[in-house]
Amino acid sequence: MIALLRRDLALAFRSGGGFGLSLAFFLIVVTLVPFGVGPETGTLAVIAPGILWVGALLACLLSLDRIFQLDYEDGSLDLLATAPLPLEGIVAVKGVAHWLVTGLPLTLAAPVLGLLLSLPGPAYGWLMVSLLAGTPALSFLGTFGAALTVGLKRGGLLLSLLVLPLYIPTLIFGAETVRRAAEGLSPATPALLLTGVSAAVLALIPYAAAAAVRINLK
Amino acid sequence: MEMRATDLACRRGDVTVIEGVSFTLPAGRCLILRGPNGSGKTTLLRTLAGLVPPAAGQLDVAPDSVVYAGHADGLKAQLTVAENLAFWAAVYGTGSTARAIAAFALDGLRDRPAQYLSAGQKRRLGLARLLVTDRAIWALDEPTVSLDAATVASFAQVVADHCAAGGSAVIATHIDLGIADAEVLDIGAFRAAPGREGSPFLDDSFDEARA
Repeated sequence: MIALLRRDLALAFRSGGGFGLSLAFFLIVVTLVPFGVGPETGTLAVIAPGILWVGALLACLLSLDRIFQLDYEDGSLDLLATAPLPLEGIVAVKGVAHWLVTGLPLTLAAPVLGLLLSLPGPAYGWLMVSLLAGTPALSFLGTFGAALTVGLKRGGLLLSLLVLPLYIPTLIFGAETVRRAAEGLSPATPALLLTGVSAAVLALIPYAAAAAVRINLK
Repeated sequence: MEMRATDLACRRGDVTVIEGVSFTLPAGRCLILRGPNGSGKTTLLRTLAGLVPPAAGQLDVAPDSVVYAGHADGLKAQLTVAENLAFWAAVYGTGSTARAIAAFALDGLRDRPAQYLSAGQKRRLGLARLLVTDRAIWALDEPTVSLDAATVASFAQVVADHCAAGGSAVIATHIDLGIADAEVLDIGAFRAAPGREGSPFLDDSFDEARA
């Protein structure tokens, strides 16, 4: 399992691996918002939590189709499925690798972008906490979508359509956590619900995704 | 380690491709699958490897004893030859890649990324993976594609050594590997009845077209 994680990370960081694309996309999307909305700090501060969360979510979506598709095309997925690793574990490792390559950098870059959107001071800590708690759920739900669409030619769009509705609870509680923190209210309730969603997703998705991969390999 | 198939039927997607396949593969023997294109060799091998459950019949084989090698080699283009092999050695918990590198003459290519290998070299690397898995039964789908004559001979030797050490192999191939006392199974004889369960590509039109 560790070997698989290390291989996936090595592939992501080498040429053509796509590391940094999601991060760059996140930076550009969030940078575009002030151009569209106007530079008034009051307006930007109100929409900042939502923009940051939607931006992170879309950036996460970008690289989802690579999770299984590349392994499927070069035959590795067949070989992994017959290897002595449980498929549930393989799927979970793939989700973790995706999070390390996209969710974690997004979380670390978010405060800088918060500055760009004049996010109020108290919200910065909670922005990072909410992304740290929420982005693993985005990666794992995406793993499930990728498992459902593996083997489909150009399944990327279908993958987005399948996965985006599943992202709604995470988006609501994540953005609400930051909004409440920005307004000086206690963000504990949405933060706990967000963590709960993530915990459930992390516990259940590997089984669902592994079942989907098995069906698609038949 | 023995593999026994009894009245096995295999499906690809929703289509039953072959049915009624029975054979026993004792340890130390090699079974060659023959049959025209589309006759179900790959489907049978994927079933034997456990990627697809049998549609009917019984497959008796010890769990985690089969290693599969299909048309695609499962190589990562950005990883070097040594890294590709080391990954599979770690997955199978065997550790050593020296024997595999020696058997397929990959020593000089060790640090070359897989994307710069020729088709034959890629295939050699794909087959070298078999040796790092330490599994007893090999299920190989046209392993000699894009290999030159000398490499085919050394591959046949690797299979023979594997069988001599108590392993076994099921190999779908169109060429004569020259493996002594290999049994031959003609898959064409087990083709599923045409039209059953809506078989779209195994109907009589193919035979008529050939006639």
